[in-house]
Amino acid sequence: MSPAGGSLFDRIGRVDRRWIYVAIALAVIIPLMAKLTFPVITTPIVQNIFDKLDSLPEGSRVILTADFGPSTVPENMPMIQAVLRHALHKKLKVYLLTLWATGIPQLDLLEKNVLAADFPDRVAGTDWVNLGYKAGNQGVINSAFSDFPGAFPVDSKGHDVRTLPIMAGIKRLADFNLIVGIGSGFPGVKEWIQFGGDPAHVPVAAGVTAVEAPLLYPYYPRQLLGLMGGLQGAAEYEAALVKRYPEYQSRSEEAIKRMGPQTVAHLVIIAFIVLGNIAFFAGGEFKGRKRA
Amino acid sequence: MIRVTLPVLITSVVGFLLVIAFFFRGFDRVNSDLSEYFNIIAAVAFILGGGNLLRMHLDKVQRRRPGWPYSIVTVIAFLFTLIAGLFKVGNSQGWTGPVEAQGSWFNFAYDAMFNPLQATMFSLLAFFVASASYRAFRARNVEATLLLVAALIILLGRTFVGGVLTSWLPQPLQFLSIPNLSNWIMSTVNLAGARAIIIGIGLGVISTSLKIILGIERSYLGGRES
Repeated sequence: MSPAGGSLFDRIGRVDRRWIYVAIALAVIIPLMAKLTFPVITTPIVQNIFDKLDSLPEGSRVILTADFGPSTVPENMPMIQAVLRHALHKKLKVYLLTLWATGIPQLDLLEKNVLAADFPDRVAGTDWVNLGYKAGNQGVINSAFSDFPGAFPVDSKGHDVRTLPIMAGIKRLADFNLIVGIGSGFPGVKEWIQFGGDPAHVPVAAGVTAVEAPLLYPYYPRQLLGLMGGLQGAAEYEAALVKRYPEYQSRSEEAIKRMGPQTVAHLVIIAFIVLGNIAFFAGGEFKGRKRA
Repeated sequence: MIRVTLPVLITSVVGFLLVIAFFFRGFDRVNSDLSEYFNIIAAVAFILGGGNLLRMHLDKVQRRRPGWPYSIVTVIAFLFTLIAGLFKVGNSQGWTGPVEAQGSWFNFAYDAMFNPLQATMFSLLAFFVASASYRAFRARNVEATLLLVAALIILLGRTFVGGVLTSWLPQPLQFLSIPNLSNWIMSTVNLAGARAIIIGIGLGVISTSLKIILGIERSYLGGRES
């Protein structure tokens, strides 16, 4: 545990990290068990994505990418589920794909949790298609730019995409109306902007982890029409979806529910930072520096 | 001679073709074909990557280098996943089914090992971030104070509490509310820094690419001939 000696403030400044771990664990577990939630207000940067999707006419083509693995599922999955529900509700044609090998199970989960559960009437290959995973990072996007069926010749079940009704009239990336990139690193949203959306003049919207969001702000709003950053961004999209379509309230509030523990954890971290600074200024370290 | 000249020639020709294809419409087919070659090479690179991983870790085990027991775990996990995936062991749909079909060993490895391990690793970040913030975010000087204040505003601004804390501000001063300050930091201060980095990286990429295309930079051939 913490070394003995020094004033109270010095001892606070040297508090054993395990106490911090316990505090964070409690800050997450208690709100989770108490089902603590807070109101979520959708900010313009997220509302832009919602409005764009909502304004697309029926039958518009939307690429939805799951460029993430299990580690960021708590942040990315609520985003992609909310966007998929919204797109299917608006009767848009959805093209699911991933540039991450670990994205395949995420697409399978989407099929199970959203497509089969909420939209069983929608036909695979006609209303939506799972194009699965393709190795090659940004090279795949570059191929799709001029020859989309060539870049994704078969769907996840091995069907030739040229035989699928949903692929009728699609030759290149420019034939799509919107790209929604949900990701957590490379290859991801940045590559979809640079190699896909920008040269093909297709609007790109994004949902990324909180860590990656600051790196994408330079693309907003001209090359990126909107950005969902972390769990907060996902919660904001869910709030917009539930506000406009209340029938999804019971199924599309995953991120809103998770924001309770995240808020409390943030407050605990802030409390520790403030406490650490009080200990720093009142303790011996700062006074010793001043004397020096 | 051929070991150097031929790869440099191929790189130069392909590089120039891709640059031309980007700027001129008539070269779409060239761009598409070369990208397809890239995808094939990327797929083949998995074999090279796997071989390299095995070589590195087996060598580490053989020489008993520090941490060698972890290399045994890596090799076993790699071989298990490779065999389970290649031979579709336990696959309920047989050889023709997808590799991740229910009941397959590959699916088991993903669901029971890879998934929880990755989730655990990422979850641990919350604890480390909290501990590191407590120790590192001290207002020791002006730069550290700026970082500290920005971090506090962003942390609060990303939650409901940020809005509540400054909801009492009168309308003319609402630009000072925590959510607005948080947005300002992200879309102005962060944006300026991020954009500068991106432009710098872009210029670096152009410069390095030109050196590679023109045959000046040859270290990718193995280093000895550069």
